[in-house]
Amino acid sequence: MIRTLPNSKAYLWGFKSYIILYFSFLFAPLLVTCILAFNDSQFPALPWKGFSLDWFTGSSSERVGIFHDQINLQSIWVSAQVAFFVTILSTAVGTCAAFLFEQENFRFKQALYFLMIAPLVIPGVILGISILVFSTSMGTFFEDSLKLDVGLFGPGFWLVVLGQFSFISTLVTLVVSARLKKFDRTLEEAAMNLGANRFEVIWHITLKFLKPSIISGAAVAFLMSFENFNTTLFLVGSETTLPINLYLQVRDGSTPVINAISFLLIVSTSAVALVNLYFSRRRA
Amino acid sequence: MQIDLSVLSVTKIFDAFTAVDAVSFEVNQGEFFSILGPSGCGKTTLLRMIAGFTEPTSGAIHIRGEDMSGIAPNKRPVNLIFQHLALFPMMSVEQNIAFGLQRRRENKTDIRKKVRAILERVGLPDYGDRKVDQLSGGQRQRIAIARCLVLNPTVLLLDEPLGALDLKLREQMKVELKKLQAQVGTTFIYITHDQSEALVMSDHVAVMNEGKFEQLDTPQNLYNRPRTPFVARFVGENNAWSGSVHRCGESNVEVRTEEGLVFRTKAEERLQPGQRVDLFLRPEAMLIQPDPGLPGLNRFDVVVDSILFDGANSQLLVTPLKSRRELVVALPQNRQYDYIKAGDKIEIGWDTNSGICFLQR
Amino acid sequence: MKASRKHHFQWTLAFFLTPVVLWLFLLIVLPHIDLLFMSFRTKDDSGSMVWSFSNYMLFFKEPIYWLTFVRTVLYSILVTFLTFTIALPVAFYITKVSRPRYQVFLTMLLLLPFWVSELVRVYGWMILLRESGVINHFLMKTGLLDKPIEMLYNDVTMIMGLVYTSMLFMVVPLIGVLENLDDSLIEAAYDLGANMWTILFRIIIPHAVPGIVSGSIVVFMLTLGDYLTPNLMGGKNSLWFTEQIYNQFIASFNWNQGSAFGFLLLALSSLVIWAGLKLTNQKLSKVVK
Repeated sequence: MIRTLPNSKAYLWGFKSYIILYFSFLFAPLLVTCILAFNDSQFPALPWKGFSLDWFTGSSSERVGIFHDQINLQSIWVSAQVAFFVTILSTAVGTCAAFLFEQENFRFKQALYFLMIAPLVIPGVILGISILVFSTSMGTFFEDSLKLDVGLFGPGFWLVVLGQFSFISTLVTLVVSARLKKFDRTLEEAAMNLGANRFEVIWHITLKFLKPSIISGAAVAFLMSFENFNTTLFLVGSETTLPINLYLQVRDGSTPVINAISFLLIVSTSAVALVNLYFSRRRA
Repeated sequence: MQIDLSVLSVTKIFDAFTAVDAVSFEVNQGEFFSILGPSGCGKTTLLRMIAGFTEPTSGAIHIRGEDMSGIAPNKRPVNLIFQHLALFPMMSVEQNIAFGLQRRRENKTDIRKKVRAILERVGLPDYGDRKVDQLSGGQRQRIAIARCLVLNPTVLLLDEPLGALDLKLREQMKVELKKLQAQVGTTFIYITHDQSEALVMSDHVAVMNEGKFEQLDTPQNLYNRPRTPFVARFVGENNAWSGSVHRCGESNVEVRTEEGLVFRTKAEERLQPGQRVDLFLRPEAMLIQPDPGLPGLNRFDVVVDSILFDGANSQLLVTPLKSRRELVVALPQNRQYDYIKAGDKIEIGWDTNSGICFLQR
Repeated sequence: MKASRKHHFQWTLAFFLTPVVLWLFLLIVLPHIDLLFMSFRTKDDSGSMVWSFSNYMLFFKEPIYWLTFVRTVLYSILVTFLTFTIALPVAFYITKVSRPRYQVFLTMLLLLPFWVSELVRVYGWMILLRESGVINHFLMKTGLLDKPIEMLYNDVTMIMGLVYTSMLFMVVPLIGVLENLDDSLIEAAYDLGANMWTILFRIIIPHAVPGIVSGSIVVFMLTLGDYLTPNLMGGKNSLWFTEQIYNQFIASFNWNQGSAFGFLLLALSSLVIWAGLKLTNQKLSKVVK
């Protein structure tokens, strides 16, 4: 049954093969995508025609590698900017929310807490359309009553940032809260006893303690933002983010340049995830 | 008398580490048998082999004469009380106790009857519907035992179940457990690192160290006639004093300590003059200011360093003159010694039969 | 002293409360209220907006809409169930069977694919499964097939894709709860005569209920609200309800109708989650942790 009990050979081998199958299932699509990024072919398919870096560095008319593909490069840049702002905003607000729910007491705390976790159970598509509808209403309202045309309210960069921020903040809150729960509040009392005020205590004591979780919260926020599709789909304007841009290409048929982008994404997100994991384990 | 459990030269080797080294013993039916040893001595491994969770590397385990090798834990007539009891928190008390009976496909009315009877027996008749986390430490203890006893095992194994309880409750459970065992008559095999638990409850105790049994004996003999230095040190409190053999007699020896004191005492093995030995002296074997007329005592003078008052367990810390070795001497609280103060010089005497010495290794 | 403490207390409360309230009200509460209003508005014959139930009426009148809706819900439940049955042995193996020193490594390996965009993962499946895909290539090479078959754009593939996409959100909470399961409970049950199945159903699953519920809620919600995987792997036949919403919003530009659909989806997912919590006696705030 478990490792401390005697187990039959058949049981262990059966279980092991199941796990191997499971991991093959997990990694097969990613491996194939990566391998085909280096195939010297016009299509992301077998047969293998030899190793080539064309889909990374190529600049001929029929093979535009990712490093020369202006549209895709542009969308990567947009995604990076979106992710940057989402990370800053959601880390700040998520940390505030963690403090609010772990350390403060106020009326309607339970209700507000329920609202805070709601974005986790609201489908992303619904979040997207509700924010789209609301911002459009606001835009109309400002235009009609104040004669102001605020571009912010139409689909576009900032609406994407807000849409992603609306649910990523919840994730950051949960990550930071988990660590704040383990915080020994007598440390704060000791600091207050030594003459620090509430903000000084938070700045010098609590935030120092929370740093690892804030960093990993930020990393989660960045990755979630960078790969978000369902919410972004409804809010995106003319500046498309990378997942939206890739979606359009995949849907309408594509060249192996998508494999090249995927390869870079896989390698870099794995790196970010591993570094994050390494730090969170070391500091835990 | 029937033998319930025989362990025949059982060895368990993990990688390169020998956890249990050729251990053999037998336990009679209805006995309370303890295995006492420090943590890491191999007692848990031995217990898990009897339960069937671990297969011995060599040797055999027989229960009521039947070889248990290759028989899974769930098929053995043995049940185990876990260190942290392992009561199922997702079930009520009644469901916990019924669990094993249901596995035997017994019919529902029988199960209900048996559960009620066993709850009665452990003194918790109305607790069937409780949740496990609504029970106190002592109650959980009793339910864990009831859960096993309801299956009528040939042998009940207990893995330090009192370890998690606080001191008062532990004292109380010790007595309760012994009574319960006497009442049900099931063979208990109890492992512990707490010598008091082993001495109080058991009919026989095996002292285990580094995978081997040092001594298997009654609690009285373990205390009064330890056969190895390890037992002398581990069971009860003892003063150890090193010295060398001065002269050998028929049944006793003379030992000269490093300070030059010469004592007559008994030896557990044959000794030659000049050999280095360790002399063990129980704190309560030493008499304070013995009557000058008492014959057969080793006598010496000491200075009192301090008095450790602890009710019935009060002790004196003393140092023999011209020595730096500190000895612990029991201080009976019968008001006879109330005059003793730190810094006093007093005489200590002990009977030549109450010390024991072993060859130094 | 007491007064000044109170003063500080209120300040920090305001400091933390303001951004959180702004976030939740401006981006969650008000948009959903607006969505609800929107869904009850419709153009009348003269072209001006009026209050009406017609958006919801249309949903029930047109079989294509409510059939898609029912289909989406049933498939989401199926996906949740499949994800659970596949993930439980994996979580059990990692926490209880594998050697402890491999545990961290296996968990890391498990998480890695999910840091990569859903789109990349779906794309990987597409180049594996499509008519000119890698699997077809190998089947032809080995002579098992004479001509390639299209493995994409059917329900089985779509469900597999959805299971794949949401696997992480089931495995992680399961590993979490199983890590807290005391080994001696399993040993005790075994010692009392239980076999593997009894231990699974009486000990492991009852213990894992909080993890199962939280995993199931997230997987169900993600599947129900997914657009990418059904759209790319199910193709035109996918008939996923989010596509209806997308069509109303982006293609037909009928936001009122789309809002009604969105609200129905939201109401339904809340209902299923609520029912799941009630049935298993769990609280949302406990489960989310």
